[in-house]
Amino acid sequence: MSAFGKAERQALIDPLFNDNPIALQVLGICSALAVTTTMETTVVMCIALTAVTALSSASVSAIRLYIPHSIRIIVQMTIIASLVIVVDQVQQAYLFDISTQLTVFVGLIITNWIVMGRAEGYAMQNPVWPSFLDGVGNGAGYSLILLGTGFIRELLGSGALFKYQLLSLTSEGGWYSPNGLMVLSPGAFFIIGFFIWGLRTWKPDQVEEE
Amino acid sequence: MEHYLNLAIKAAFVENLALSFFLGMCTFLACSKKVETAIGLGAAVIFVLGITVPMNNIVYNGLLREGALAWIHPSLEELDFAFLGFLSYIAIIAAMVQLVEMTLDKYVPKLYVALGVFLPLITVNCAILGASLFMVERDYTLAESSVFGLGGGVGWALAIVALAAVREKMRYSNVPAGLRGLGITFILTGLMAIGFLGFSGIQL
Repeated sequence: MSAFGKAERQALIDPLFNDNPIALQVLGICSALAVTTTMETTVVMCIALTAVTALSSASVSAIRLYIPHSIRIIVQMTIIASLVIVVDQVQQAYLFDISTQLTVFVGLIITNWIVMGRAEGYAMQNPVWPSFLDGVGNGAGYSLILLGTGFIRELLGSGALFKYQLLSLTSEGGWYSPNGLMVLSPGAFFIIGFFIWGLRTWKPDQVEEE
Repeated sequence: MEHYLNLAIKAAFVENLALSFFLGMCTFLACSKKVETAIGLGAAVIFVLGITVPMNNIVYNGLLREGALAWIHPSLEELDFAFLGFLSYIAIIAAMVQLVEMTLDKYVPKLYVALGVFLPLITVNCAILGASLFMVERDYTLAESSVFGLGGGVGWALAIVALAAVREKMRYSNVPAGLRGLGITFILTGLMAIGFLGFSGIQL
């Protein structure tokens, strides 16, 4: 069996557009909205979540045959929480400024349903390598939406990207007056709403019937 | 007294967990199709938040924070277990939810029937863990954290019931196909968040 057979490729790529964790499965939205005011925090959050999802899926899958069925949720939670502690400590050591901006949201990766959902829904039935790829894929699907949202919010909300001023602000004699709504919470809801609209117009089979 | 009242109002309206911190969004969007379910879930969240936030406060101040273990022996004063926070809070939340479920089942079966389905769901609700983490970050006392927990829960419940009521009416509107369901719900929530922004700055 090759390392990137059809099933593995599918595990990696499907979550990007066909089965996106945010747009279709409605998972892990809490952090998606809260950390996207600037690109810097968004990127750090995406890396943190992808790392946790991939490693937790791999670890859960490695011990899946030894986990008693009745306590599996607690076991998964413990693995995830330990990984999140590692990520949090690494951030506090090397990226202190960003970790103070992310505040509680790194901790909230524990209750992020993407991580739990992949561990429970995929890693419990599959071997280690596909589970790892599935984790990376879902992390990437999440990152895709987050980076898009972060891009729009920082560009329109403060005229900058990665703190680098692209549009000159009126307050400094330029021409762009920043859109305050983008920095506040409603902006994030609207952007994700429109993202989903776009994605579902492109792939009509994802439309919900009511 | 006024301090606590202020804190409760702030937690419920100004810093609404759902609409300004985006906490508990997954359940917020998934379970807001009917007012009836929304009320049940909202009540369960108030209940669990009111219990777990003060519980985690006790654990944090009595066991985890730097110097907290000095009450056992003065030589333990230098220990700092704050990094174990995440693991302890989530374990306490899971255990408390289980306990609450069993207590209700035994003594208040009526309430158990109403809330039962929602309680396990709540263990992985970001709002519950988020409120505990905010409590630690803002260094609340035990009394403050109970008020914060209850206030935050009320705010969350209010938001989900309001959203469910709006969504029930949405059934009569002609929404563009791609926006149906999830998409329009996001936009509705955004509009509600703008409404709640009107509360900012309220103080007694």
